[in-house]
Amino acid sequence: MLTTAGAIAAIAVMAVVTFLTRALPFLLFDRGSAPPKIVLYLGRVLPPAIIAMLIIYCLKDLSFLSVGGWVPQLVSVAAVVALHLWKHNNLLSIFGGTILYMVLVQTIFA
Amino acid sequence: MDRKALAAAFPVTVPVLMGYLAIGMAFGFMLQAIGYNFIWAFFMSLTIYAGSGQYLGVSLLASAAALGTVALMTLLINFRHLVYGLSMLEKFRGMGWRKFYMIFSLTDETYALLSSAQAPVGVNPKNFYFAIALLDQSYWIIGSVIGAVAGEILPISTEGIDFAMTALFVVIAVDQWKAYRKHLPALIGGAVTIVCLLILGQIFGQQQMLIVSLAVIVVLMLALRDRLEEKEGEAC
Repeated sequence: MLTTAGAIAAIAVMAVVTFLTRALPFLLFDRGSAPPKIVLYLGRVLPPAIIAMLIIYCLKDLSFLSVGGWVPQLVSVAAVVALHLWKHNNLLSIFGGTILYMVLVQTIFA
Repeated sequence: MDRKALAAAFPVTVPVLMGYLAIGMAFGFMLQAIGYNFIWAFFMSLTIYAGSGQYLGVSLLASAAALGTVALMTLLINFRHLVYGLSMLEKFRGMGWRKFYMIFSLTDETYALLSSAQAPVGVNPKNFYFAIALLDQSYWIIGSVIGAVAGEILPISTEGIDFAMTALFVVIAVDQWKAYRKHLPALIGGAVTIVCLLILGQIFGQQQMLIVSLAVIVVLMLALRDRLEEKEGEAC
């Protein structure tokens, strides 16, 4: 666990970086000049690529050496996708998938 | 505070009220599970104020990540905010000191409300936008504090609750998949990361792996610009 000062520093970094990402378009393009096309292009294609990257990053500890190393994760991800396609409700999808995963790792694959 | 604006903004924010109380509670609960109580939840929600960013924050705190990793991961998860800001340039113009708060509080949900909501006749639009932003953050703070307190009281095993972050990204990905006509960016993002993870993950640390993946993704996107741009059109 981090020290108290370390945790405060981490939270401060998160706060500052989050604010900067929100403020950047205003800092750069609030003078009336249109953003360069290449910026708009990257702003459009990068978000889905980054989200895909973060999903893979979240699943980086998957291990195919044992059933418990991949079944709970992949079953729960499939459940989130299915729930979301079915009900289009963010909360239901996130909580449904998370509760399923918790049940799986705490009982069947404990 | 303009009461009329607040009264007009409240009904508009009810969906966010439900959502933020629930997701905020899950955040507080997770934070408590890794040993940070409601005071930490309160200050994180007050100063960072980002749904997915704070979920990520729980993982970063739990793993005692280096500050460089914290900065990089926060930057990556917030990248989509760049696009939000671009479409709010006009709306926030002339809001004076409140513009600072409007930019700070531009979360996915507030962005969605501001994009669509219209101030009723007789209500100052700037006050109306400000009230929406302020109400949304108050729900988020309240939810996260309740969650942290509940986590302290309830004797539930929280093993596996960190999957909420994965689930959140999957939900965002499904929404993006439906909103975009071209799926190549998402597929490239996933494929490049898998390759980087398999090859570089062993040699370098995981932070370096993410920087390399991101660089490769940006280069590939620039290389494929002609192909992606004409067909993507306004589908986003």
